[in-house]
Formats: sequence, C-alpha cells, structure tokens
Amino acid sequence: MKYTPTVGEILQAKGVSRRGFLKYCATTASLLALPPSMIPRIAAAIENARRPSVIWLSFQECTGCTESLTRSESPTVEGLIFDAISLDYHHTLQAASGDQAEAARHAAMEENYGSYLVLVDGSIPMGNPGFSTIAGISNHDMLMETVAGAAAVVSIGSCAAFGGIPAARPNPTGAVAVRDLVKDKPVVNIPGCPPIAMVMTAVLTQFLTFGELPKLDKHGRPVAFFGTTIHDRCYRRPFYEQGKFAETFDDEGAKAGWCLYKLGCRGPTTYNACATVKWNIGTSFPIQSGHPCLGCSEPDFWDKGGFYQPLSTGHFGSGAKLAGAAAAGVALGAVAAAAGRKRQSKYTKEA
Amino acid sequence: MDLLELARGPVLQAAAYILVGGTIWRLLGIILLAKKPDYSEARGPGGLGAAAKVIWSRAYTAEPFKRATLYPKIMGYVLHVGLFATVLLFVPHIVFFEGFLGFGWPGLPNSIIFFIGVATVISGVALLVRRLTSPVLKLISNFDDYFSWFVTMLPLVTGLLIPIRLGIRYETLLAVHILSVALLLIWLPFGKLGHTFLVFLTRGTTGMVFERRGAKT
Repeated sequence: MKYTPTVGEILQAKGVSRRGFLKYCATTASLLALPPSMIPRIAAAIENARRPSVIWLSFQECTGCTESLTRSESPTVEGLIFDAISLDYHHTLQAASGDQAEAARHAAMEENYGSYLVLVDGSIPMGNPGFSTIAGISNHDMLMETVAGAAAVVSIGSCAAFGGIPAARPNPTGAVAVRDLVKDKPVVNIPGCPPIAMVMTAVLTQFLTFGELPKLDKHGRPVAFFGTTIHDRCYRRPFYEQGKFAETFDDEGAKAGWCLYKLGCRGPTTYNACATVKWNIGTSFPIQSGHPCLGCSEPDFWDKGGFYQPLSTGHFGSGAKLAGAAAAGVALGAVAAAAGRKRQSKYTKEA
Repeated sequence: MDLLELARGPVLQAAAYILVGGTIWRLLGIILLAKKPDYSEARGPGGLGAAAKVIWSRAYTAEPFKRATLYPKIMGYVLHVGLFATVLLFVPHIVFFEGFLGFGWPGLPNSIIFFIGVATVISGVALLVRRLTSPVLKLISNFDDYFSWFVTMLPLVTGLLIPIRLGIRYETLLAVHILSVALLLIWLPFGKLGHTFLVFLTRGTTGMVFERRGAKT
C-alpha cells in the first residue's frame, strides 16, 4: 500500500520549526475564536492528519483567487499547510493537461470517495453549456459530477460564492453561485475579490482538526472571519465618530488618514477580516492604503451603485421621473383648486 | 436585491416622488383657491410686512400665556431644533443631501448628534404624554396627530439604534431607518406634518388678514 505522509511529517521535511508550527496553531485557534486549550488539539490533529485530497475547479473566474493564494510573499506556515494538502486537480497549476488531467481528477475522486474536498473558484454559466468548458465538459456537469463524492465544498472568492462579476447585470451567461446548484453537500463560502489566504487555510485547518466545517452566517461564510464589519474593526473608525472625513483622494483629510466614508467606503456594510488579518503578512489592507473598501465580500457588490458614491446616498433614479411626479402634483393641485373654487362660488351664492 | 438596496432604491424613489408630487398638489390646491372677497374697510395695509410680523410673533408666546405654555413650548423647541440638527448636521445625512443637491456643509461629531437625538426623542415622548394626559388635548386629537407623531419619532429611534446595534446587523438597521424615513416622506404632505411647508404660508396669510382688519398681532 502506498505510504501517505502526515501533514506534520511534510511540514518537518520542509523545515518548519516546532515553534513556528505552534505559533500557527495558536493564531488559527485565535482566528477561529477557539479557547487556548484547543491549541494542542489543533497541533496534534494537523500533525497526524493524512494529506486530504483536494480537487480545485476553476470556472468563470479571472484566476485572481489562485494568484492570491499561491503567490504568497514568502513561504509562510499557512502556505506550507497548503502544500501539505494533496491538490490532485487544479488545471491552472497542474502540469498535466487534457485527458491526463481529467484522469487525475477521476482517480482522486475514486480513491477518496466521500472524503475529498472540492474547492471552486468562478461562477457557473447556466445560459449555454458552451459558454465555459474544460476538456469539452461544461462547468455545470463537471461541478455536479465532482461534488457527488465530496465531503464538503468550499467556494473560493466572490464569483463562486455569489456569482461575482460574471453575474453582474445583465448577467449575459446566466452565471450562478455554487450554492445555487449544490444542495446536498455542506458548502462554505469564502468570498472576497480575492479572498484572504489565511481565512482559507483556517477553514481547512478546522476541517482537518475537528472533521467539521466552521459555523456559518446567512451567506454561508465562516462567522469567525465574517462576523464583524470592516467599519467596526477599522483603525480609522475614531475619525468617523469625530466627523473627520477625507473629501477627495488628495486633500488634507486624506493625507491625515481620516475616514473614507465620503469617498464611498463600504466598510459599514461589509463583513470580512481585512481590517484585522490584513494582507501581505499583516502589512496593510485597502483602507490603510488610502482607498475605500469596495465591499467585495458581499453579495452583488458590483451592482450596488458607484464605488465612490457614499453609502448614505439615496438612489433616486432619473430626474425625469421626479419632474413627472412634480407635473402630476401640479395637475392634481390645479384640479383640487378648481374643485375648491367651485365649492367656494356655490357657498357664496347660497350666502 | 437585499433589504438595504430595496430601501435605498425603489422605496426611497417612490417616497421622493410622492413627497414632491404631494407637496405641490397640497400647495397649489391652497394657493390657487379664490380669494374670499373682503367688503369691510381696510384698517391696515395687510401686506408682506404684516405677514413677516406674525411669522415672527408666533415664534414666542404672548405674555398672558407664558406660564401656562412654558413646558410644551420648551419641549416643542427642543423637538424642532433637535430634528433640524439631527437631520441637517449629521455627516452621513449631509452626504445624502449632497448626493442630489450637489453641495454639502459642515457637520457635527457623532457623539453630539447622538446626544441631540436622545434629547429630541425625550421631548417627543414628553409632548405625547402631555397630549395623552391633558383632557382638552386628548379631546381634540385624532389619528392624524398620533400617526404624525409616530412617523416623526420612528426615523429618530431607528437612527439612534444604528450605533447601538442591540445585536442587529448594521445594514438591517440602516435599511429599517431608511424605510422609516420613506414612511415619513410619504405621509408628510398629507397629514398635519404638512405644516413643514405650510407653516409660514398660513401664518403669513393670518398676519395679512389680521392687519387688514385692524387686529393687534
């Protein structure tokens, strides 16, 4: 029988120190809002876990999610955990192509039936099977065939989680999210454009450790990462409370790092961990770099008005409709006044 | 479309159309009425000066009634000044107005607006208690009075709840707040809240008629 190394053995072989590994376990426990007593359990579970088989399907997407997760700035422990999973199919990364690649997918499915994970990035076009195919197989058929034997499905990025840019009005390909199609398997959404790599590894770690998926919110997102808004955790929040706002991207307020609410920041309605976990080894996140949050981890963020339109701005539609309402008011007022005059003259005559 | 998008979009649009159409309807319906002929001899000019005088003089209480009306007067001022401040000096509101006016103005820090908002709600409740406990006021009050009070207080209370949360998500509270504002805008032209745009017109007209008839204003 083929020997499958444990995740612990793989990490050790890659030179990860015991201290570095435990630090990762402690951070993950903290991120998942688990008590410190869980750290040894996480460490033991990861060390002893056999490499879980992962099949990664890419549909209507830009590969930004893969870029985010693979082009890590340095080989972090999270990155190595990623290396430690058995990524049996990922048509962007794998060397094989065509029939060989599909054979690898089928082999992984047969060998690990009922226990493998399916990670999906990209939305699925339902308008016409020919809109997006891989090896001549439509995205829909490939998804449904692959998830049949999966333990769980993880939607990576906003396209897989909510339909994403392909589903933006008028949604020419009839793009849908994974959860719209997969109803009989647990589906975790990790949205973002792209999502935070740490969030994904933490979800995988929880799956490895406890054999179950994390608690999810109404949009299928892990509550541990998507439980609070960017606004609630934003370091610029005190400026919001003080009424200090940047009016333009280059005014004194912008230079002083004041709140970006007036520049269209969606932080108050966006649930994600950017403000705490941050990007590039905790260096920064969009607001810290001076740009408002676009709300990329929320459903339909691309169809919620202009990115630079402040959140409290109303959507009044066209001025023509408002002028129409005013004209209707003039007509109704004239009719009401005419009726009033008629009544007045009747009373005057009676008097 | 989620609740917030529904509130910010179609609901707010419909409310704006009803507000604009309804206000013009009510105003024209009154302004275009025939002027009642007054055959008595004019005891004063009854011009715009008289209108301005009454608009000003009704802003304070006449000497004989000062003591009796002190409580509702103070509460009424707190309510109205508070409403103006919370609506016009809260920065997210200014941004909202800037969206369709094209210009904005300086606002107040959130903590001050919150304090004003709480004081405004307290004054509203105090005025409602007075209405419910005064036999005369109770007798002359109808559905319009209570509903107008309700639709005025609702946006204030929902707005104050947004920073408090009470475990409810921000976008849900914001949507409920916008929906309550839409209800206010829809009701405003048709009930007693119509005084928002009729108050100076009616007071001015009263002043002009009174002066022409020689009444002391």
